[in-house]
Amino acid sequence: MSDEEDDLILSELNDEELVLQMMDDLYDGMKEEIEEAVNILLERNWTPYDVLTKALVEGMAIVGVDFRDGILFVPEVLLAAGAMKGGMVILKPLLIATGAPRLGKMVIGTVKGDIHDIGKNLVGMMMEGAGFEIQDIGINNSVEDYLSALEEDDADILGMSALLTTTMPYMKVVIDTLVEQGKRDNYIVLVGGAPLNEEFGKAIGADAYCRDAAVAVETAKEFMARKHNQLSA
Amino acid sequence: MTDLLSELLETRDWLLGDGATGTTLFNMRLEAGVAPEIWNETHPDRIRALYDGAINSGSDIFLTNSFGGTYSRLKLHERQNDVFILNRIAAEIGREAADASGRKVVVAGSVGPTGEIMEPVGELSFNTAVEIFEEQAKGLMEGGADVLWLETISAPEEYKAAAKAFQNVGAPWVGTMSFDTAGRTMMGVTATDMVEMVNGLENPPIAFGANCGVGASDLLRTLLGFGKANPSIPVVSKGNAGIPKYVHGHIHYDGTPELMGEYALLARDAGAKIIGGCCGTLPEHLVAMRAALESTPRGSAPDADKIRATLGAFSSDSDGLDGATAPKRKNRRRGG
Repeated sequence: MSDEEDDLILSELNDEELVLQMMDDLYDGMKEEIEEAVNILLERNWTPYDVLTKALVEGMAIVGVDFRDGILFVPEVLLAAGAMKGGMVILKPLLIATGAPRLGKMVIGTVKGDIHDIGKNLVGMMMEGAGFEIQDIGINNSVEDYLSALEEDDADILGMSALLTTTMPYMKVVIDTLVEQGKRDNYIVLVGGAPLNEEFGKAIGADAYCRDAAVAVETAKEFMARKHNQLSA
Repeated sequence: MTDLLSELLETRDWLLGDGATGTTLFNMRLEAGVAPEIWNETHPDRIRALYDGAINSGSDIFLTNSFGGTYSRLKLHERQNDVFILNRIAAEIGREAADASGRKVVVAGSVGPTGEIMEPVGELSFNTAVEIFEEQAKGLMEGGADVLWLETISAPEEYKAAAKAFQNVGAPWVGTMSFDTAGRTMMGVTATDMVEMVNGLENPPIAFGANCGVGASDLLRTLLGFGKANPSIPVVSKGNAGIPKYVHGHIHYDGTPELMGEYALLARDAGAKIIGGCCGTLPEHLVAMRAALESTPRGSAPDADKIRATLGAFSSDSDGLDGATAPKRKNRRRGG
């Protein structure tokens, strides 16, 4: 890092430059700079929703693309998500106070019988980094655990994870129960985990199989956009 | 005093490792969601049968049932206060099985990842990770393990923390990582990165290598990557028996014993000295691997085409070694 770089003063940038700078800072996982920039935009009377969607979410999308393409790896992405989260801490109460539309709320957990949680944790961290609200219900979840969490949290998305070939079929049990209770259409159901694939996702009636955390974020955004469009149609 | 593994490595051209622990235990009706380590206490006969399955199939080394035996993993089952005892029993049963075999078989105390993400990205500090590994290592060594065997690691910091813990305990060890993301570990480590890291350790392992990951083809490509960095210590190859497939409501690994025999030969040709299986590898696979290794002379290192033709396609185009590293952003600091 050169002296020239250190001299940069965020508040002296115009809005457009600042937003570009935020995207760079997100990419580099610079939490304090993101927090500072969020506050500057708010002082300039940006709405909290615009700060979230036009600066932070767009910046994280670049990170997501480079992760998908094998240019960035998990450590860099988690640092970026951590920086994003720093901004979200500031924005969250303001978003609620201003009645901004929420990006989406996800209940996530590994299925009954499955104790492997690192993939699930990564998805949770990256979804949170992309601006979603996450209710992580941990490992080894029964149908009842998932259903009660979905209702209590008024969630939009259900994320189920399994690493074991012996536990992945349980995802179908959860989805079948949602169908039986007439609640399947209330939720976007995303599934993931090392032994899964797209055919499996289709076979059990999930909305999508997500190969990795970046795909999970992109897929969640896509489905939430469709949901909003349906509601406003 | 030299350990049994080092002794065998000196006298033998190759050593056969073991196969799958999880797959085998599930076949013994381990209920999904139960920590396998709890069976050390409740079903020692089945754990003995797991070990005997490897020994009777010709394994020179087998891993104890303690992969998830750290504080951080057992905590998920509220058994975090039993780390020492569950690991000690895992090794004790192994010691008995090895001593009863009538030949020299290495009891390797399995140590898996903590499942937590280390600082600065995550919250697990280096020192806490060392403590976590040390506690498990003590139990395994007390139970009579010949060596400790770290596996399925993706973060370099975690590998280093385990190396430090094993140094504190004075235990000889082996450590493998899992390369499952476009030729790299989940945390972005390439095959040559790993060789470099291992070379730089104050307490280096007896052997290092790769386990699990995607399929046998990818694993062999990683071995070729190790070779490019001229490692100074023996290489371990423990690949999965193919890839899990979901067929008519059931899951099975698509690797046949014959195919795993081919894999074993290619792994040896690619530079591995310790060759075993991972998920999906059952005793019949091990028997086929041993027979292949005994009946076929060592050949020259395979290239990517030969691996693909014998074992199937790779999961990604890149082996992670083509220089596709994260670019520093051109305009890290605009303005200025």
